[in-house]
Amino acid sequence: MKLKRILPQLLTLLFIVLIFGFFTMNAQENMDTRGIQFGFGFLTQEASFDIQFSLIDYDGSHSYARAYLVGLLNTLLVAFIGIILATLLGLIVGVARLSPNYLIRKTASFYIEFFRNVPLLLQIFFWYFAALRALPMPQDATLLLGSSFMTIKGLYTPAPIWTNFDIFFTTLIVAMILIFFFVKFAKKKQEQEGKQLPVLIISLAIFIGLPLLTFLVGGVDLSFSFPELRKMSQSSYTFDGGMGIPPELIALTLALTLYTATFIAENVRAGIQGIGKGQKEAAASIGLTPSQVLKLVIMPQALRIIIPPTTNQYLNLTKNSSLAAAIAYPDLVLVFAGTAMMQTGKAIEIVGITMATYLTISIAISLLMNWYNQRIAIKEK
Amino acid sequence: MFKYVKQLTSLVAMVAVLFAFTTETMAAKKSKTLKNTQKKGFVRCGVSQGLPGFSNADAAGNWTGVDVDVCRAVAAAVLGDANKVKFTPLSAKERFTALTSGEIDILSRNTTWTLSRDADIGLTFVGVNFYDGQGFMVRKDSGITSTSQFKNGISACTNIGTTTELNMRDFFNSKGISYEPVAFEKADEVVAAYDSGRCDTYTTDKSGLAAQRTKMTNPDDHVVLPETISKEPLGPVVRQGDAVWEDIVRWSLNVMIEAEEYGINSANADMMKTSENPQIKRLVGSEGELGAAFGLDNDWSLRIIKQVGNYGESYKRNIADTGILPDRGPNQIWTKGGLLYVPPAR
Repeated sequence: MKLKRILPQLLTLLFIVLIFGFFTMNAQENMDTRGIQFGFGFLTQEASFDIQFSLIDYDGSHSYARAYLVGLLNTLLVAFIGIILATLLGLIVGVARLSPNYLIRKTASFYIEFFRNVPLLLQIFFWYFAALRALPMPQDATLLLGSSFMTIKGLYTPAPIWTNFDIFFTTLIVAMILIFFFVKFAKKKQEQEGKQLPVLIISLAIFIGLPLLTFLVGGVDLSFSFPELRKMSQSSYTFDGGMGIPPELIALTLALTLYTATFIAENVRAGIQGIGKGQKEAAASIGLTPSQVLKLVIMPQALRIIIPPTTNQYLNLTKNSSLAAAIAYPDLVLVFAGTAMMQTGKAIEIVGITMATYLTISIAISLLMNWYNQRIAIKEK
Repeated sequence: MFKYVKQLTSLVAMVAVLFAFTTETMAAKKSKTLKNTQKKGFVRCGVSQGLPGFSNADAAGNWTGVDVDVCRAVAAAVLGDANKVKFTPLSAKERFTALTSGEIDILSRNTTWTLSRDADIGLTFVGVNFYDGQGFMVRKDSGITSTSQFKNGISACTNIGTTTELNMRDFFNSKGISYEPVAFEKADEVVAAYDSGRCDTYTTDKSGLAAQRTKMTNPDDHVVLPETISKEPLGPVVRQGDAVWEDIVRWSLNVMIEAEEYGINSANADMMKTSENPQIKRLVGSEGELGAAFGLDNDWSLRIIKQVGNYGESYKRNIADTGILPDRGPNQIWTKGGLLYVPPAR
C-alpha cells in the first residue's frame, strides 16, 4: 500500500522537525529568561580588537564582519599551503615506501608510523614550543639564503615591492593561456604525425620569458625591502621592513603537513599497489622507460584509487587547522569563535556562522575533488 | 488523501501539546538554582584553569584562592559545608557560555565587571571581590622600567576573550605605538610563549601577572611595570533571571567583607554572638532574621565566617602569604583606606 511506504518516511521527517523545533523553542525560552537577544546586527559593529596576522587591511576600527573575513582568509591560507605541501610530501613518501632501496623504504614507513600515531594537537605543541625554544632571538639570528632571518619572532624575508604589478600579473595569465593551447596543439600533432615536440622546455620558456619581457618593455620593476634589525630595549630587538611570517603559522603548517602527508602517502601506496603487475610489465615490454611507465600507465590508473580517500584527508586538514587556537595563530576559530564571541556574547549566532563556514569550505573541496575524479575516471566510449 | 491530512493534524496537535508542557514547567519556579543546589548537595562553581591566589588546584585536587572562597562561602551558607563545591575549570572563552547554559551556577573566575557583559549577555555581576587593573610584565634585562619606554614593533602575549585585548589596543593606539598582539586561548600557553622569548611583554591583570610570574622558569628575571592601564573590578557572576540566587551569592561575599570590617574572624565568631554591638550580632546570627529573606536559616552567615573566614583571612591565606601581592593596595577595607565598601547587612 502507498501509506505503508510513506508512513515511515513521514514519521522520520516529523521526528526530525520535532527535535529541531524542541531545541529552537528551548533555546528561545532560555535566552528570553536571561535577556539575551538573537540577531546578526553585531557584525557591523566595531570589533575594537587587533589581530596579529592578516592578509587584508585590518585593525580594531573595522567591523566584526571584517574580523570574520580575516579569520576565514587565515584558515584558507593555512589549509591551502597545507594541502599543497602534504600532497607533495605524501606523493614522495608513498612512492618511497615502495622503493626497492631498503633504507629509503624503511625510513618512509618509520616516518608514516610515527607521525600518524601521535595526536595532532601534541605535534602542534611540539613544533611550536620546541621551535620557540630552539630558535635564536632576533639579534642572534643567522642569515638564511643571503637575506632572510629565522628567529623566535618568526621568519623575516625580503618583501617584494612592485611597480606596475598588474601588467606583470596579466602577462602571467596570458602566458598560462598560451601554454594551455600549446600543449593541446602538441598533443594533436603527436596524434596526427607521431612527432613529439619538446613540450616542457617550450612551456617553461613561455612561462618565464613572457613575464620577463615586461621588465624590459612594460615598465614593470621589482625591488626588495630587506629586513633590518632594530634595537627596542637593552635586550629586545625586532626587524623593520621585509616580510614577517609568524612562527605560529610556520608551526601549524609544519604540523598539519607532516601529519596529513602520512595518510596521503598510504593512499598513494595503496593506489600504486592496486594496479596489476601485468600493467607495468606490459608497458615495459613495449619499450617505455620506467618514468614513462609511472607517468603514462600506472599513475593515471592509480589516481582513481588515490583521489577519493585523499579528498577526505584534504577535508581533515582543513578542519584540523582549527587547532590553531592553541598556539595563537589567528584562524577563524580563534578570531571569530574566540575573541569575537567573547566580546559580543553572541554564542549561538557565531557558532552557527562558523559551522556554516566550515561546512561550505568542506563541500567546496569535495565538489572540486569529485569533479577532478570524474574527469580522470575511465570514460566508456 | 484526507486520511493523511487527519493524521498530520493529530501529530501537529501532539507536538503543540508537548511544547506547551515544556514551557509550563519552565515558568513554574522561584529560585530554581537554590532548589537544584540543595537537591544535588553541592554548589557548581566555575573557576580558572589555574591562577595562583585566585583559583588554583594543588596536586591532590584541592582548590584554593580568593575566587574559590566565594563559592565555598555560598556552599557554607546554603548547604552548611564549605567543602560541598564542585569546581569546573574554564578558559576565558568558555566561561560565560558555561554559566548561561547552566553548566555552572556561579562563575568566580577573575572576571571583569563591564557594562556590556552585565547588560548584554544574560549575566549579572553580584559584586567585586578584587580591584585590579591591567599591567605589563617585561624581562628585567631589557632595562625597561616604564611603559613609556615601549617602542614600535613590540610583541605582546595575552589571552583571547578578555577585556585585556581591548585595553591593549586602546593603550597602544593612544600612545601611537605599533604592536604585534599574540593571543592564546589558555593562560599556560601565554606564559610558555612569553617565557621562551616569543613576546617582549606579557599583559593581563596585574594580579594575574604577579601570580603567573611564579610559574616562570626564573621568576626573578621578570618585572611587572608600575603603570596600570585600566580598571578591572573582578567579581563573581550569576545567570540573569534568578534574583534569589543572585542575592545569596552577593551577600555571601558581602558578609565576608563586612565581617573583616567589624573584626569578626573564624576564630572569634562564636564569641561574637554575645557582643554588645548589634551589627556584629546580626552578622553572626544572634540577632535579627537575615537568613529568612533568602529562605536560609539564621546561622548562614556564621557558617561562612567560621568555615571560610572573613575577607582579610582569605586574602592573607591565598594572596599575601603566598607572596603574590603582599600589599593589599585597593583591596583593603574602606575604613583602612581601601576600596572595599559593602552595603550593611541588616
